[in-house]
Amino acid sequence: MADVIIDESSFVRSAGRQLLVYGIVTVLGFALLMWLLDALASLVGSSSETTGAVDAATGTITLYLDEEPPQLDSTLATDQVSGRIIGHVMEGLLRKDELGNIVGGVAESWTIDADKAVFNLRAAARWSDGKPVTAHDFIFAWQRTLDPATASEYAFILYYIKNAEAINRGEMPPTALGVSAPDERTLVVELERPVLFFDKLVSFPTYYPVREDFFKATNGRYGADADTLLYNGPFVISSWVHGASLRMDRNESYWRRDEIRLNTINWAYITSDANAQLNFFKDGKVAYAGMAPESLSVALENRWHLRQFQDGGVFFIEFNHRPNRLTRNLHLRRALLLVNNSSELVNKVTKLPGYLPTNSLFPAFLDGLHDKFRREHPAKDVPIDVDQARRELELARKELGLEKWPPLSLLTGDNPIANLQSEYYQSVFKDKLGLDVRIDRQIFKQRLQKMTSGDFDMVMAGWGPDYEDLLTFGDFFASWNLNNRGRYDNPEYDALVRKAQASLDQAERVELFARMQDIIVDDAVILPNYEKGASFVTDPRLKGLVRRVVGADPDYTYAWIEESAQ
Amino acid sequence: MTNDIRLSSRDLEHIAQERVVETLSRPSLSYWQDAWIRLKGNRRALISLYIVIALLAFTLIGPLLWSVDPSVQDLDQISQPPGVDRRATLVAPHVPWHGGEAETAAVDGLRIVGAANSQAVRLAWDPIPGAVRGYRIYRNIFPIGPEKAYGLPLVMSIAGTWYEDLLDLKPRDYYYTVVGLDEHGVELPDAETIEVTLPRVITIDEARGRGLIAADATPQLGDPVTLALHPLGTDALGRDLLARLMHGARVSLFIGIVAPFLYVMIGVAYGAMAGFIGGRTDAVLMRFADFVVALPFLLFMILFKVMFGLGAGESGIVPMLIAMVILSWPATSRLVRGQILSIREEGYIGASRLLGAATPYLVMRHMIPNTMGVILVTLTFAVPSAIFTEAFLSFIGMGVAPPTPSWGSMCNEGIKTMLTTPHELLFPAILISITVLAFNLLGDGLRDALDARMRSRE
Amino acid sequence: MFRYTLKRLVQGLITVWFIATATFGAMHLVPGDPLSGEKAASAEIQANLRAKYGLDKPVLQQYFVYLGNIARGDFGISFTQKNREVNDIIREHFPVSATMGLLAILFAGAGGVLWGALTALFRNRLPDVIIMFLVILGISVPSFVMAALGQLSLVKLNAFFGATVLPVGGWGTVRHMLVPSLVLGLGTMAYLTRLMRSSMLEIVNADFIRTAKAKGLPAARIFSKHQLRNASLPVVTVLGPAIAAITTGGFVVELVFAIPGLGRYFVQAVQQLDYTVIMGTTVFYGAFLVFMVIAVDLVYGLIDPRVRLQ
Repeated sequence: MADVIIDESSFVRSAGRQLLVYGIVTVLGFALLMWLLDALASLVGSSSETTGAVDAATGTITLYLDEEPPQLDSTLATDQVSGRIIGHVMEGLLRKDELGNIVGGVAESWTIDADKAVFNLRAAARWSDGKPVTAHDFIFAWQRTLDPATASEYAFILYYIKNAEAINRGEMPPTALGVSAPDERTLVVELERPVLFFDKLVSFPTYYPVREDFFKATNGRYGADADTLLYNGPFVISSWVHGASLRMDRNESYWRRDEIRLNTINWAYITSDANAQLNFFKDGKVAYAGMAPESLSVALENRWHLRQFQDGGVFFIEFNHRPNRLTRNLHLRRALLLVNNSSELVNKVTKLPGYLPTNSLFPAFLDGLHDKFRREHPAKDVPIDVDQARRELELARKELGLEKWPPLSLLTGDNPIANLQSEYYQSVFKDKLGLDVRIDRQIFKQRLQKMTSGDFDMVMAGWGPDYEDLLTFGDFFASWNLNNRGRYDNPEYDALVRKAQASLDQAERVELFARMQDIIVDDAVILPNYEKGASFVTDPRLKGLVRRVVGADPDYTYAWIEESAQ
Repeated sequence: MTNDIRLSSRDLEHIAQERVVETLSRPSLSYWQDAWIRLKGNRRALISLYIVIALLAFTLIGPLLWSVDPSVQDLDQISQPPGVDRRATLVAPHVPWHGGEAETAAVDGLRIVGAANSQAVRLAWDPIPGAVRGYRIYRNIFPIGPEKAYGLPLVMSIAGTWYEDLLDLKPRDYYYTVVGLDEHGVELPDAETIEVTLPRVITIDEARGRGLIAADATPQLGDPVTLALHPLGTDALGRDLLARLMHGARVSLFIGIVAPFLYVMIGVAYGAMAGFIGGRTDAVLMRFADFVVALPFLLFMILFKVMFGLGAGESGIVPMLIAMVILSWPATSRLVRGQILSIREEGYIGASRLLGAATPYLVMRHMIPNTMGVILVTLTFAVPSAIFTEAFLSFIGMGVAPPTPSWGSMCNEGIKTMLTTPHELLFPAILISITVLAFNLLGDGLRDALDARMRSRE
Repeated sequence: MFRYTLKRLVQGLITVWFIATATFGAMHLVPGDPLSGEKAASAEIQANLRAKYGLDKPVLQQYFVYLGNIARGDFGISFTQKNREVNDIIREHFPVSATMGLLAILFAGAGGVLWGALTALFRNRLPDVIIMFLVILGISVPSFVMAALGQLSLVKLNAFFGATVLPVGGWGTVRHMLVPSLVLGLGTMAYLTRLMRSSMLEIVNADFIRTAKAKGLPAARIFSKHQLRNASLPVVTVLGPAIAAITTGGFVVELVFAIPGLGRYFVQAVQQLDYTVIMGTTVFYGAFLVFMVIAVDLVYGLIDPRVRLQ
């Protein structure tokens, strides 16, 4: 470019200077924009900015939620996160103390007989707007739950109340429910059949009260936002920014408010990403963090105090017992059971402390007669025996008249643990028995659909307790239970369940459940995997955290901050 | 040139007829030869081309050279980074322990019973005074400091005075701690800690099953063996990462190359048709293409993925391919249509028509070859974006189904253990990056070489 | 101009109709039952739920009800968050995605123009080599790796200073937005840098630049008035498609940084087969993108007099 008058390098120099000016202007522009945005955000006030994991001065703890609760209407809630939130802001007739014992909640005293339960409500129990909690609030909630138009998934848990099942089926009007309120503070419940654990049931969220006038005023949006919910529990939700944060403040109208030591629980983040949760804790932003297997080494490196806990859920591979399914064949199921190594699964594949290998349908926490059920009646152990398994498989093949084995399908969810586990079992069945397994990974709803329609040979399933009694697991394989999606159908088992349901004698019941447990092993109904557990860390200053198998978990209502523990 | 012209008679002589009318100073080059020469001159593009060839070789020939089954799980070598010590000792098969011989040990306090190795560690201890509610057992990989962080709680409360640890044992040092629990279930202030170094062991059956010792050999307990080699380490189920990368490459490159090829072809046919017919048909066809372009791409990829609802054992590669083709063809069709429209107006087309060329001849002889450069360049640039799409979908769990590996799903598995075992994320991520980079640079080179109009200035 | 705008808007509306129809079609071909829950429900309850969401009606009727609702701007009630309207979900979460997307676009646009100009100016010299190397990295590293690395570096940063310099996730203040938007805009920034660089190089030797130099105009003026301005025009054209890429690309960033944006909701809704939320968000996003592209085209027409809008 000899014809250019200005020489190249001086052009570049002055153009570069110009560019630098633009660069500085841009940076300044961004700074200004940021400042404006910040000002704007502080005006709106929807910030998840927090003071830190715990703040003793204000009595605040900061936490994260794994997921946004779908809604907080106690009559519709089904998931764990909703249960956790509702458990902190609502209270039922009875509640659990920090040791898990049933104590009075809204009810001051109560009597439960074979056909009737009477609850006397305490005068101090109030809604967050100051009005008293009355017997009518419970009746309204229960009638609404059972109303077929509400289509509540947990309606079944009310079926012990007289006429409840008929109402839920649409055969009777909701007003026919066997509950009455002789006065504002007395609730009389007629029972459909005798039940040994009604006190445990009424502490379940579906039994919580809902006030009719408030519910109607929300115009169908009850529980959708912080202001469309009325509270009678230890906390009230002071703000709920959907998908971002949920903040709870102590409920000043709560009858036990003096015993609640935290002022604020700030669920400042909503994320299910394990790395993000870990990073929040590492960064001193949250007072609790669940541990994924891969987070553990970080926890060790940082010298955190780890804890673990079994959440009561039992996981297993469920067979499809429908006619014309290969898995209906007992020898095939036995063959698979004989190579099922739940210890290897837990110790080498899931690798999470807290997960317990199991050989039973019943989790370890359930009470038997005097001790834990599993200690009184250990399940039959089926040792790994590959040779025996191959013989059983050969028997099955002959019985079914097969030339060779077609592939079996294994239905699973699409989460990381399910992936690992299904690939592990695929490899075990192939190596040990030469069986081809096809993994059928489906998103949640499609998996449910396939489970319901019976489009599977095996499915990785689990069951969590709805109440603390052996029955919540025992009746899972009753032929009439719709959750028994493998449609296991054994008249002998059904008879045991019926007897256990009707019995009020715990000694007899425990024997019945022990026989159910035996049938499940002998009949190879499931391949037991593990009892689910969780490892977690908490801020050392946070004390009094309670973990629960049923109900709000983790429960912070009894928690406090201890500054000196730093 | 000068002004004065002087002619002599010699200037007016008849020039002898020359035989050769004209000679070419350079050999005649076809379009493709010319392009190839240009491409060869572009060092970056050439290197990219070699990388692409190497990747294809990695995918196609690699599994022949490294014939490890990518689905075989080596549970003795889980999440192993490359280059660790693979020596192990043969031991008897594991038998669950029920606390026998716990009392017979000579040492007081916390002690190891039997031989501790990567199969199992058996602990026993004397009752601790005040431990009313049993004991809590921890395991750490670091020495216990004054902050008393004992590490992983293996069990929160155990009544007996023995415990067998099987959980994910690695050949390394461990620090086991036993703490008593008082009547409230609170830990007693004093704890006992013991340090153990675990040697790597393997049972004879496993060693034989993995082909580490000959079938006819009679190995003795305690004999040394060398575990299988995993040059790039293993994943969370102990599967060979190199083999999985090779097989994952099949999925990623298959989708990355076949999907663009299909949709570019469809786009070419569609665009050529619209451009050539013109008029109202063209308008309608292009309006429809505009509609498809407007569909939010990733949202619809996810929707389609759910819509196709994979059955058992299906990898989901074909549905992903179909979804990608359905959503991606319009861009090429627009481009080709534009090219065809402009070529249609060129003089040589008119001349050709005048000489009686039929439409198929025009399309085959002039239109397609003249758009070939553009098509090829589009294709090269479509490959990286298709690979990204596959990786992204697999990453959010909407991609190929397990156990089929793909680079994206391997990244998805690896990202969780990014901090502890970075190699599980690093290798697939590097391969994705290299592939994308190579195709991008190759695309640049091709564009410069093939199409003078689109030539970028470097 | 007015006629052209009107025409584009009508075309946009038809496109939105097409998106709505395609979404509806795809949704109804999806296997699985959106109303199934973890606990098996009786047939009666199932039927009641179906009636509540209008799924018991014939498909064609559902389609027209759906179109009618969209026309009124009503996307219905979420299937999973049973008491929440899809409109509320969009209203609350779209601004988050949009803010992050906008910031990302600004980062990408400003960064792309500046870096591109810089590389072109110092062509084949050290700044050029370094920046182009980074650009190539930016183009070839997948977004989820970038996001994870971004978060990791925040943790390291905070650990280094022993205090929270920038939060590792969440949303609310500008400090939350900074790194996620940067990560989100990175790919686009790299792309724009390349584009800007080649468009600058084309212009450097253009006749009018030569004329300007010959006239003796000051270098700074030539650079900013003639080179930079003309070279950045192509950048504006690709902003439309870039907005689309960034808004949907936000998924990963929202997941990793725990940002309550709409993308994260969409992924969740798909997992749960939440029909109304899926259809609502898809149609909304589609419409947003369609009108964004129209807007960019119109703006481009205003900036560049060579482009006639007709």
